[in-house]
Amino acid sequence: MTGMVGGTVLLAVLSGAVRSSTPYLFVSLGECLTEKSGRTNLGQEGILVLGAMVGYAGSYETGSAWAGVLLAGFAGSALGALHALCCQLRRVNDVAVGIALILLGTGLAFLFGKPFIQPSAPMLSALSLGWWAVDPSIRAALRVNELFLVGIGVAVAMHLFFLRTRWGLIVRTVGGNAEAARALGYSVNGVRLAATTAGAFLSGMGGSFLSLFYPGSWTESLSNGQGLIAVALVIFARWQPLRCLWAALMFGGAEAIGPALQAIGLSEVYYVVAAAPYVLTLIIMAISCAPGRRAAGAPGELKIA
Amino acid sequence: MILRLRTTALAVAELALVPACAAVAAALIFGAVVAVLGVDPVQVYSMMWLGGFGTWFSWQNTLVRAAPLMLTALCFALPAQMGYAIIGGEGAFVLGGLAAAEASHIFVAAPGPVMMAEMAISGGIAGAIVVGLSGALRVWRGVNETISSLLLTYLSIAIFNQLVEGPFRDPSDLNQASTYPVPDQGLIGSIPGTSIHWGLGVGFVACLVASLVIYRTGLGFAMRVLGGNGRAARMVGISAAKLTIGVFCAGGAIAGIGGMIDVAAIDGKANNSLIAGYGYTGIFVSFIARHNPLIIIPVSVLLGGIGASGGLVQRRLGLPYASVLVLQGIIFLCVLVAETLRGRGPFGRIGQQVVLAPDPLASS
Repeated sequence: MTGMVGGTVLLAVLSGAVRSSTPYLFVSLGECLTEKSGRTNLGQEGILVLGAMVGYAGSYETGSAWAGVLLAGFAGSALGALHALCCQLRRVNDVAVGIALILLGTGLAFLFGKPFIQPSAPMLSALSLGWWAVDPSIRAALRVNELFLVGIGVAVAMHLFFLRTRWGLIVRTVGGNAEAARALGYSVNGVRLAATTAGAFLSGMGGSFLSLFYPGSWTESLSNGQGLIAVALVIFARWQPLRCLWAALMFGGAEAIGPALQAIGLSEVYYVVAAAPYVLTLIIMAISCAPGRRAAGAPGELKIA
Repeated sequence: MILRLRTTALAVAELALVPACAAVAAALIFGAVVAVLGVDPVQVYSMMWLGGFGTWFSWQNTLVRAAPLMLTALCFALPAQMGYAIIGGEGAFVLGGLAAAEASHIFVAAPGPVMMAEMAISGGIAGAIVVGLSGALRVWRGVNETISSLLLTYLSIAIFNQLVEGPFRDPSDLNQASTYPVPDQGLIGSIPGTSIHWGLGVGFVACLVASLVIYRTGLGFAMRVLGGNGRAARMVGISAAKLTIGVFCAGGAIAGIGGMIDVAAIDGKANNSLIAGYGYTGIFVSFIARHNPLIIIPVSVLLGGIGASGGLVQRRLGLPYASVLVLQGIIFLCVLVAETLRGRGPFGRIGQQVVLAPDPLASS
């Protein structure tokens, strides 16, 4: 009996990992790209929430969920570009601009999202990869959203981009040593603008997943700091896109522990268990950081590492 | 002498002009946003004036909202002297309020002053633990304090919800999960003849004391040296670890006392209405005030007014409360961007001569 309950929880956590990791994956990939260019964008939380709203509104207005995803990406990149343009000015602090963007992004999303709380928009669909299984709960667990698969593709592509392409090398040079990049004739601000904008595009897409698949509607309480957890997750992933994928899966799983325990009747400690991802992040950061030393793999120009 | 006067005049002009530019830009941008929503910006601003500062009634409302902002802003400003950016004030505020409410329940029979002291101490300790933890993680493990303090805020809110729904819940309160009410002798009253509670005085005094400590004591000097140059601080024998953790704890304690005041003066118990974002708004108050405790006082009043007017704007013009968030975001961005004007143009030459409390968090 205990074994069966344990199995149920384990399966719920595993399926939760696949189901709720997508926003973590997209935001952490977006932040990874941004930070590789030497800049931190703490505004990811605002971008995520705005992406969720625009994705839902876009899907409702156009009738196509994928159009919503794209529009969410563009909304995100608008905020990302704003971040980059502000930060390239002298004496402007990028952490502070990030905090301002959290306020602005959530504010804009709540303000313009008001009319979209009621109507229902076309949702993203899922692929049933569990057709072979007899157990319906395994089949349910293997309903994988297409956007998650896109995310895996992006992670692999970004990995190859950094390692194998000239452009990837330029981004890494700018993030590693801006002076050297400048000496080679590259525009540091230009590269950072491009990286931050593209990164925020991914984060916006990640936001659309929240409203278009899971939990799957636009409400104002959609994100609980997932955007910021994803920023911490990049440190844990040591600025490597493929490790972002594993880290995102782990956080998706941690997020599913609360509901899974609730499902088997352990609802007394719901709130504290639901805080598992935050505790996990703290513990991981405490383990993976070291006093007086830069985090392993951190781009040289990064201030937050 | 004349040269010195001229320099001072220019410095003052810069001090006033840069924020003025930011304010005008923010007003124009926000005006455009509401115009897109089909609302007349002029009407919005006149309504905001009316709701925030137009009448004695709205002034009282504004000052009540300014009180917690002064304390949460100090929670950000103190570590900022050393170059740290923390976003944990909200967690300290919320858990401070909860600890204070629970303390009053445990010592139900205590006389008024004793009970208030107990509430303030419990609230302060709870806040100090929340923010002090990210200081400790910073010093001992090198964990970025911005991210850790934010995660601790989410954790604090989870703990808050867990305790208010569970062991601390007053079963007789059926409307909303709340703690037991604070006994009458533990409630903070109003300043006679007004609806403003004494918490405003606490905020005011806290800002004055913080200003004295930062600019007039050796401790404050050590903090600023550490913020300016860590290596120099070590060379003159400042213990960075102790100072960092101590200042983080002090900031958290101040925010925790802010939560205690909110519980003892507004709701009379701890419930969800404590989680109103005072901690986050405090960050932005501190930035606008350039982390100077004395400037925090008027900035808190200004932002308290914007918050207080939100309700009126909502009722009269049908703009959602989120428009206040948008306005705050725009002001914050404009203020940050305006920093770039400092020491440029007509101010360029004086930049080298007059040092105006440099922002420890500004990147060069």
